[in-house]
Amino acid sequence: MSDTHAQSVAFVRNTEIPPSLPPDTEGGVIKWVRENLFPNVLSGILTIVALYFIIRLSIFVVPWIWNGVWGADSLTNCREVLGGKTGACFSVITDRWHQLLFGAAYPRDLFFLSTMTGVPVADLVTPGGVRENTNFFQEFFFGYWRPVLAFVLLFVAIAPVLFSELPRKMLITTAIYPFAAFWLVWGGSLWVPVTILASLAIAYFAYSFVVNRSFFLGALSFLAVLILLLFDPIAMLINAAEFGRNSLAFLGWQRAENALPWVTVMEQNYPWLMNIFPLNAHVVEGLSTISSVSLASVPSRELGGFMLNMILGTVCVSLSLPLGILLALGRQSNLPLIKWVCVIFIEFIRGVPLITLLFVANVVLAYFLPPESNPDLIIRVMIMITLFASAYIAEVVRGGLAALPRGQYEAADSLGLEYAQAMRLIILPQALKISIPGIVNVAVGLFKDTTLVSIISMFDLVGLIRGPILASTDWNGVYWELFGFAALLFFVICYAISQYSQWLERKLQTGHR
Amino acid sequence: MTTLTDPQPESFRLSMLINDTRYRAYTFQFIALLAIIFCISLLGRNLVTNLEQRGLTLSFDFLGNPAGYDINQRPLEYSNNDSHLRASLIGIINTLIVAALGCVTATIFGVFAGVLRLSNNWLVAKLMAVYVEAFRNVPVLIWILIIFFIMIAATPPPSAFRGDDPSASMLFDAIAITNRGVYIPWVQFSNGFESIPIIPPVFDDPTRFSFFGLFNINVTVWLVLFALGGGIYAAIQAGKYIKANNVEVFALLPAFVRLLVYAIIAFTPFVIVYSLFLNVNGSQPATSLRFSLSLNLIVILLVLLLGLYVSRLIRDWADKTQEQTGERPTVWYWRLGVVFVPLILIFYLLGAYLDYPALRGFNFAGGLTIRGSLIALWFALAIYTGAFIAENVRAGIQAISKGQTEAAASLGLRPGRIMNLVILPQALRVIIPPLISQYLNLTKNSSLAIAVGYMDVTGTLGGITQNQTGRAIESVLLLMIFYLTISLSISLFMNIYNNSVKLKER
Repeated sequence: MSDTHAQSVAFVRNTEIPPSLPPDTEGGVIKWVRENLFPNVLSGILTIVALYFIIRLSIFVVPWIWNGVWGADSLTNCREVLGGKTGACFSVITDRWHQLLFGAAYPRDLFFLSTMTGVPVADLVTPGGVRENTNFFQEFFFGYWRPVLAFVLLFVAIAPVLFSELPRKMLITTAIYPFAAFWLVWGGSLWVPVTILASLAIAYFAYSFVVNRSFFLGALSFLAVLILLLFDPIAMLINAAEFGRNSLAFLGWQRAENALPWVTVMEQNYPWLMNIFPLNAHVVEGLSTISSVSLASVPSRELGGFMLNMILGTVCVSLSLPLGILLALGRQSNLPLIKWVCVIFIEFIRGVPLITLLFVANVVLAYFLPPESNPDLIIRVMIMITLFASAYIAEVVRGGLAALPRGQYEAADSLGLEYAQAMRLIILPQALKISIPGIVNVAVGLFKDTTLVSIISMFDLVGLIRGPILASTDWNGVYWELFGFAALLFFVICYAISQYSQWLERKLQTGHR
Repeated sequence: MTTLTDPQPESFRLSMLINDTRYRAYTFQFIALLAIIFCISLLGRNLVTNLEQRGLTLSFDFLGNPAGYDINQRPLEYSNNDSHLRASLIGIINTLIVAALGCVTATIFGVFAGVLRLSNNWLVAKLMAVYVEAFRNVPVLIWILIIFFIMIAATPPPSAFRGDDPSASMLFDAIAITNRGVYIPWVQFSNGFESIPIIPPVFDDPTRFSFFGLFNINVTVWLVLFALGGGIYAAIQAGKYIKANNVEVFALLPAFVRLLVYAIIAFTPFVIVYSLFLNVNGSQPATSLRFSLSLNLIVILLVLLLGLYVSRLIRDWADKTQEQTGERPTVWYWRLGVVFVPLILIFYLLGAYLDYPALRGFNFAGGLTIRGSLIALWFALAIYTGAFIAENVRAGIQAISKGQTEAAASLGLRPGRIMNLVILPQALRVIIPPLISQYLNLTKNSSLAIAVGYMDVTGTLGGITQNQTGRAIESVLLLMIFYLTISLSISLFMNIYNNSVKLKER
């Protein structure tokens, strides 16, 4: 039988054949292309359309960037250098970077620049903004060291907030940063921010002393100490009395046409009483006579460029956070009056565009402030943007509060915690954790919206491009390069923040899904 | 020997205002009330003092004065002799136009990008990711300005279309893209109806009512406003009552009849009060609120609605037949026919023809002109908001668990039906609320029109009118009221929708 078998089979392999490679169409690049680019007809058409689009775009963009001119001093000069070729005129950025970043009027620290570069001050002050004696790095790091340092320190200050792995002691830098940045950007006497910081520290000390008894009392003592140290409580009292009397007169009780305001009366008769407070001013005066540490003072209207966007963004986001949390708590409150005030405020602010609020800051707010006070436009804008952002943050936090299971509230009640304790120790830590991505979204949106201040003629990055730079004879017509630069700056920051938010969301994902 | 006795009913002590939770709420609210009154009166006092110092009172009379400025893109007839009120009205319509155009376009962009970002085509998915990230992370103002400068700097002037060998040519011989705007063909009617001019009255009755000397408005205007507000309030209350008491008769009515009832309740008082004054002042030439009613448009809309209604009846009949016999009659051509045949017929009867733009003198004439500023605003808002909508669409589709698809497939449904009957209805429930809030954002962002000179309500009322008259408080107040009205109506609509699609659970 075996013979038959041996004859019927011509060849029997007694070794294993080595495994051959998959066919070319089933491996490597071709397989990937087939599966990812041409899986079916429709997808194939889409791929071809996309490829066509990309190629058309790059045919235009690549030579435009590649041929870019960097050193010219005007658009006509740029065009001469290009000689008819397509190419960008990036020279506008090298020529005007200081305006784009810091505003047209922000002063350089000429003394520091001269010390570090060895160029005499007289040679640094050149007419027409031409800076032949220094290079970009010298200008950036020595001429504008104050805003640059404030910007760098910003990262140090927010690092412990963003990354919980960092030592908690670094939060001290976060607490100090606003005052340091204020001093660096606006200048003036060092003692102003230092005494305010000291007053806050004393008030915090008073708070931590009382808070164990009751949070309410703690908050009250914090405010009381702060008012005592920073403001002028006696003048405030007199003002309040004055206000009460005026209100009565307003309703028709009594009207003394030629009576002096009480503050004036007090000032005339008891000057010593009026001069006790505020402590702060006296401390600043006293310290300044001992040793005056000060930077050249910069008025608010000289801030501009991307720095203005950064300042508005950071200040308004950080101020609107506590306000937004309070509003969210108010909206969840079971006290009808407080609840409805918060609801009306939030819905009003969310219902109108930011630009109308900026109009309010620009032309209306002045009517509602005391006649003698005349805050800077930048302060008024900060107030309105902060209110705007706080309404949005309140909604995000409210979402977080609503997402907490009811059991958490009940557990806090059953432990006998009072409202403030329950919120501070149990509810808010969890609710805020849930709402972080939403808060970051609001922050990104707000940062983008800071460009709207250009419409009320403030010279932020966009305002500078539309105003002084595009209107100048040198650079009239350089749209792409300037707006591309602005878009790039915003993109880098917003994209980084949103990536951080996604990272944090993954990290905080404690649930089992 | 302990005996339980009822605690003595406590008499009220002053300390209970702080210590007793029953009374503490009142204490806090009282303090809050005092604080609010203090703040409001402080602001009020400042306002009165500041107004006194500048010698001003709050008054809306400036709305009746001639505006004296031109509006380049005007949906209604307007000249610079018209009043500020009419300029604001034009602005409002312009806002609504750009918002509507933007919402439609943004939805198209967003749905495309959102679906394509989920496709398994690597290149397309990456391209859409780049689109979404690039547009979401750059301020919309920058995009508006970029597109605006493309429109004015990268397009040819009308003169480039001139001559035997022009350097620019029209798209399909119909659309001219110039740096003064885009000219497209537009429908005209050779034997259509005349438009009917509608002329509402002016309220010039001398009796005035002022509120603490702050607002100084005609009594008539107050009455009309109160009638409008009261009617809307009554309609809301009626809705609440019907909902609370489950009025059965009402629930049986078709949806549009219910809507009609609410509309009648809301607007009857307004119409009555308004028509009262219409009789009083009817003889006077009225200016600001005049408009002309296009009968052509109304006829076309009526025919279209009728066609859609008949088409729906046919669908219902087909459904019924299918349920009874198990076989669905083929009706799609009937359904298309009843919509389009009468429509085409009415266009023919009205003598519709396309009016093409043509170069006359220094500029194009004929057709419809769309300014570069409108195009810039429209596309920038659409692309920017589209990026956000894409994310919402993606999230909505991803929110539906794979089990739903598999369950539907195991029932034997085909992929197209799975999408239509199982996935989309569930995904829409997730997508639509954020979608509507994106529409709201787009409408609010349309106020950036002022940056490119498109005369929307921010550009007219909040911009030039406010600058010329110096009436900052009044203008900004009216502007805010306008946007608030839009926002609140959209959120009202959203709440109604949310309630209607909410999962019906126990």
